[in-house]
Amino acid sequence: MMTEFFQSLGMNYEWAWFVATIAGILLIALPLMLGVAMIIYMDRKVWAAINLRRGPNVVGPFGLLQSFADGLKVFLQETIIPSAANKGLFLIAPILTFTVALLSWAVIPFGEDMVLADINVGLLYLFAVSSLGVYGVVISGWASNSKYPFFSAMRASAQMISYEVSIGFIMICVVLWAGTFNLNEIVLAQKSHFWIINGYFANILLFPIFVMFFISALAETQRVPFDLTEAESELVAGYQTEYSSMSFALFWLGEYANILLMCALMSILFFGGWLPPVDWEPLYYVPGIVWLLGKIVFFFFCFSWVMATVPRYRYDQLMRLGWKVFLPLSLFFVFAVSGYLMATGHYA
Amino acid sequence: MIHTLAFYLFAVLVLASGAMVVLARNPVHSVLWLILAFFNAAGLMILVGAEFIAMLLVIVYVGAVAVLFLFVVMMLNIDFAELRAGFIKNAPLGAAIALILLVELVLGVGAYRAGVVELGEPLGNAAPLAGESNVENIGAILYSQYLFLFEMAGVILLVSMIGAIVLTHRDQRAARGHQNISKQVARRPEDATELKKPEVGQGVEL
Repeated sequence: MMTEFFQSLGMNYEWAWFVATIAGILLIALPLMLGVAMIIYMDRKVWAAINLRRGPNVVGPFGLLQSFADGLKVFLQETIIPSAANKGLFLIAPILTFTVALLSWAVIPFGEDMVLADINVGLLYLFAVSSLGVYGVVISGWASNSKYPFFSAMRASAQMISYEVSIGFIMICVVLWAGTFNLNEIVLAQKSHFWIINGYFANILLFPIFVMFFISALAETQRVPFDLTEAESELVAGYQTEYSSMSFALFWLGEYANILLMCALMSILFFGGWLPPVDWEPLYYVPGIVWLLGKIVFFFFCFSWVMATVPRYRYDQLMRLGWKVFLPLSLFFVFAVSGYLMATGHYA
Repeated sequence: MIHTLAFYLFAVLVLASGAMVVLARNPVHSVLWLILAFFNAAGLMILVGAEFIAMLLVIVYVGAVAVLFLFVVMMLNIDFAELRAGFIKNAPLGAAIALILLVELVLGVGAYRAGVVELGEPLGNAAPLAGESNVENIGAILYSQYLFLFEMAGVILLVSMIGAIVLTHRDQRAARGHQNISKQVARRPEDATELKKPEVGQGVEL
């Protein structure tokens, strides 16, 4: 779409494609960074409201500029590299985390044709890229050459691998129903899925899967109650302990970008992405991106809600939940969903 | 043009990082170079249009296998001097393995070129089913023509998985305190605590 626009400006196809791709990347990455800043603010506000506090309210109107002030502060600080650290890897780790967090957004459809890379293995790409997220944590933990970050890195890698397994099975259920890996087609397949409701969550077989996906997403992004990697009472600040200044900020931004991605994924896989919640003609006049952003913000609110209300899990409980509860349960649902689809002749 | 540039970029990076896997002094660095090599190999596969295989390579090897590799290498306390001392002794063995792999590669490509292995047209441009995606193509051939082999691979993996579990499994109930999660969850504050209202200056009688 944008390629045609740049072609109309008198460029040949290859150049127009090139410029359109760069423009698309910027159009996603810059608002995403802004969104991350605002979502950190929202996180703190929601958390404060549940704790009966005021939250950030000094910088700018209602404290809206708090995240930017924090960013500026961090930017002006000195980058400290521990003398015993493995310098190259120590600096690569936050960059890796941040890059991987941005990379996944390439395939997220914001609207009917508002997607940077409309590839037919979109969901697999997302799964592949999100499985890279663990490297930033592991490398930072190892390169810091300090015991708390190392413990944290060990915990993080075990935790993320465990929950990736059940997330994989959950994705298979959705893919079975939609019959495609392409995220746009998955969204379209949810149109008036149950009566007039757009979205797989209304399906009685897929709703439990959605709940499991929500919990796995919490574990995958290391949010409370699964934030054992940065359990401050045990590990100081986890794998970020030795980091300061921008290298710390990159971890921070990457973490929140990942949380936003998980929220986006939930809305795309189970809540009809950019489709309105119900299949009613006038609602389609609202641009799809508004619906998607609304759903993302809603899920992020749920994340903050959980963070403010649920106590931290014990590590053995976390592993038990991942391997002994979610893995068999999600495997069972893969069988149940495929069995149902075969029995009802879904693919006939 | 971009296609050619991308090919050379990925190819050079695969070869360079492959070399670095062997040359790097620190084993952790070796594993990280290996990951870079996997990643660029996935890039090469995307260039030839095998995006499904590329994604699987990243998910399985980079996302899971290499993480475990890294895990183990980081935990090991490796003596670098000792590691290098064995080089001369093990060099012939390594050369033999390299030779075997080379012969296998030549045989495989030769058989494919000669049309013995049925993968499509023996020209290096296997023609997919028209108008269908990579995933559907692979599914169609895997679940029909190669169904038996595919199921055998699954059974072998299952057996190895069970084997690994059996080897590491110990009956932990006897050795350590066993946790009964449902019992832990079912415990209520009323069972565990008792509220007393002591008189002033009296203290609590237990």
